Amino acid sequence: MGRKILIDKVHIEGIRFFDTYRKNGGYASLEKALKISPAEVVEEVKKSGLRGRGGAGFPTGLKWSFLAKPEGIQRYLVVNADESEPGTFKDRYLMEFIPHLLIEGMIVSSYALGANTAYIYIRGEYAWIIDILQKAIDEAKEQSFLGKNILGSGYDCEIFIHRGAGAYICGEETALLESLEGKRGNPRIKPPFPAVKGLWDCPTVVNNVETIAAVVPIINEGGDEYALIGIGKSTGTKLISACGNIKKPGVYEIDMTISVEEFIYSDEYCGGIPNGRRLKACIPGGSSVPILPANLLLKTAKGETRLMNYESLADGGFQSGSMMGSGGFIVLDEDQCIVRHTYTLARFYRHESCGQCSPCREGTGWMEKILLNIERGKGKMSDIDLLWDIQSKIEGNTICPLGDAAAWPVAAAIRHFRDEFEWHVQNPEECLRRNYGLAGYAEPLEAVIS
Amino acid sequence: MSDEKKLFKVTIDNITVEVQPGTTILNAARQIGGDIVPPAMCYYTSLKGSGGKCRTCLVKVAAGSAADPRPMPKLVASCRTNVMDGMVVENITNPSVLEARKGVVELLLINHPLDCPICDQAGECHLQDLSYEHGVESTRYEFNRRTFDKHDLGPYIQLHMTRCILCYRCVYVADQISNKRVHGVLDRGDHSEIATYIKQSLDNDFIGNVIDVCPVGALTDRTFRFKNRVWFTKPVDAHRDCPTCKGKVTLWLRGDEVLRSTARKDQWGEVSEWICNTCRFEKKKTSDWIIEGPTVVNRQSVIGQGHYVNITKPRETISDVMGGRPPKLLMDIHNVSGVNNVDLSEIPGPASGKTFEEDPHAFATNPTDRKKPELNSNHELE
Repeated sequence: MGRKILIDKVHIEGIRFFDTYRKNGGYASLEKALKISPAEVVEEVKKSGLRGRGGAGFPTGLKWSFLAKPEGIQRYLVVNADESEPGTFKDRYLMEFIPHLLIEGMIVSSYALGANTAYIYIRGEYAWIIDILQKAIDEAKEQSFLGKNILGSGYDCEIFIHRGAGAYICGEETALLESLEGKRGNPRIKPPFPAVKGLWDCPTVVNNVETIAAVVPIINEGGDEYALIGIGKSTGTKLISACGNIKKPGVYEIDMTISVEEFIYSDEYCGGIPNGRRLKACIPGGSSVPILPANLLLKTAKGETRLMNYESLADGGFQSGSMMGSGGFIVLDEDQCIVRHTYTLARFYRHESCGQCSPCREGTGWMEKILLNIERGKGKMSDIDLLWDIQSKIEGNTICPLGDAAAWPVAAAIRHFRDEFEWHVQNPEECLRRNYGLAGYAEPLEAVIS
Repeated sequence: MSDEKKLFKVTIDNITVEVQPGTTILNAARQIGGDIVPPAMCYYTSLKGSGGKCRTCLVKVAAGSAADPRPMPKLVASCRTNVMDGMVVENITNPSVLEARKGVVELLLINHPLDCPICDQAGECHLQDLSYEHGVESTRYEFNRRTFDKHDLGPYIQLHMTRCILCYRCVYVADQISNKRVHGVLDRGDHSEIATYIKQSLDNDFIGNVIDVCPVGALTDRTFRFKNRVWFTKPVDAHRDCPTCKGKVTLWLRGDEVLRSTARKDQWGEVSEWICNTCRFEKKKTSDWIIEGPTVVNRQSVIGQGHYVNITKPRETISDVMGGRPPKLLMDIHNVSGVNNVDLSEIPGPASGKTFEEDPHAFATNPTDRKKPELNSNHELE
């Protein structure tokens, strides 16, 4: 049984409300943090080795220490709750069932950063969660855990909720800031980074909901204690939102020491593949990260067991590995068509590209059209190479990571499932009737190599 | 001035230049000039915040600075990246930069209608220059191109959204030059469009400048549409006493007729002094203007290809880029072939001057070279 520290109290009835949350040890970290200096809070987070849970996995303590601290200029904390990555729904779970955890984490983090105003930029589609969060904020204010002179410490903090309008790109931190300022959500050109010039040109830290929530157990238990959980540089626990062809889809908290195989097949987590099907492929970290075939997912190219953590999932680079990403774990069984799947993702990225820089704006549309042709049996062999070429022209040449996110799934699908693309081209009629199936993907890696 | 700032040394394609701190890589390259200047489709010096969008100016930073000589991991947009002291930049010397640029040009062109034969911008279009210099000869795009309806934005300006490459320059003009923002970008992705909300007209004294900043033919001058091709017109510098702007323009003449007037552009195709709508659209007689003389054309343009008097060529940088070494040739044809030392008349073959001048009966090996009298004499012999 893995250790749970974020969602361990989710099942207590009424935990959504202040009284129950407080009775169950809520806001203890705030009381503790206010007794020590902000720098010490940052130090604890640094010691904990907490890494950003939004996708990039950048060390949070380091990010906080980059924050410029000029005198007399307001600083801001912005919580990125614009969770729009297909396959990711962990923040929604946190905010919906235990909203005070986020509020508590935000107050502690704001205190650590010296920010008096914090924003939650929440996805517009999470309409009902906005009400839940607003109620939590109001409750905390009534009890003077938020607002002016928090718990008599002289520290002021206000939290505002800002609702997004349905754009995936606003999950990118600089586009989020633009949107928060009331402008069109186009990503900014970096540098300057938000830590220097962020919201209204003031130093700003943008963090994911889960990252901020994880600050609470870090302060409660101490950074060193938190760092003991997990393995290597993947400290602490991670929420994984599992979906796709599994028996038990949902949000699971793992301590990053379990293997991918255990996560998929054990009854404690996903419970295996339903209907007696076999595993074909999996996207381990939200739709943007490279897809992996079953044999590379369970074992790394070196033959080691792949674990559910940042290093192990990225083992082998993009040649034979993937990324932890935001923890959107999408499982595909043998009945799924990779070409169709890739087309769906390409369509998503074409629709969500902001249109600011040319490789992403034009390239995503082109890839979508080619993939649709292949999927409908109108493709040519040269289209596969063309797709590869287009994605290489997009990757790394765009302003924000959306270009990379659009290119990686296509690249990985062609890299690992090229035979399926070729089969689609060679059997234009058959591919409309049936799927390619499992082929060699589920075989043990040694068998494939030899 | 005692507080002289230390100049930054930056090396671009093996050419070192000293620039002020805060200069972008693109502007440092422009100080050198010639082939090593990255192309820029969206960057515009006088528009704050422009640039970084088209990605044609991508360059490789091989060494970040003298203090931290690590290379930057990705290609960077040279128009928005400031130089550091000791920075080493690779533009045309780096194959990956050229490859990426080729890709950007291809992507920019997939949704462009390529209707140059009927486009007023043809001949002074930056996208034409860009695709000629950095693109490939054909496209691999086989699908329908995105199209939009044409809109008249008031009496003077027409918008062909289909041709637009979404450089955002006109949006910045409306934001920064004119006194109210009247248009922007609607929608997103490859279906985003420059538009005025509910098709309003652009109504402002300086809004005509959006035509000059447009790198393609998306925003055209309705008073000039289909009047003439730009390469048939002759640009002259002229000025007038204008109460609104400085009144310094370029007039495009055909004979004595003023076909259009635009703001003066520098060698990078950028306007530094904006002109008002009156100067641009309404003063269409030579008597309205004091003509200074032919405009200096110092950019490759179709106007420069004709017998135009005032052309200045850009600096030749190729030998500097190659480190002082001349370009490597497969062979130096002048030394190897000795073709220039041969007396043409000694080569058996086509007729030469001697055939006709000195010996009227000279016999060449080429059958077509036989002369009539000879044929006749042969005939007589038979």
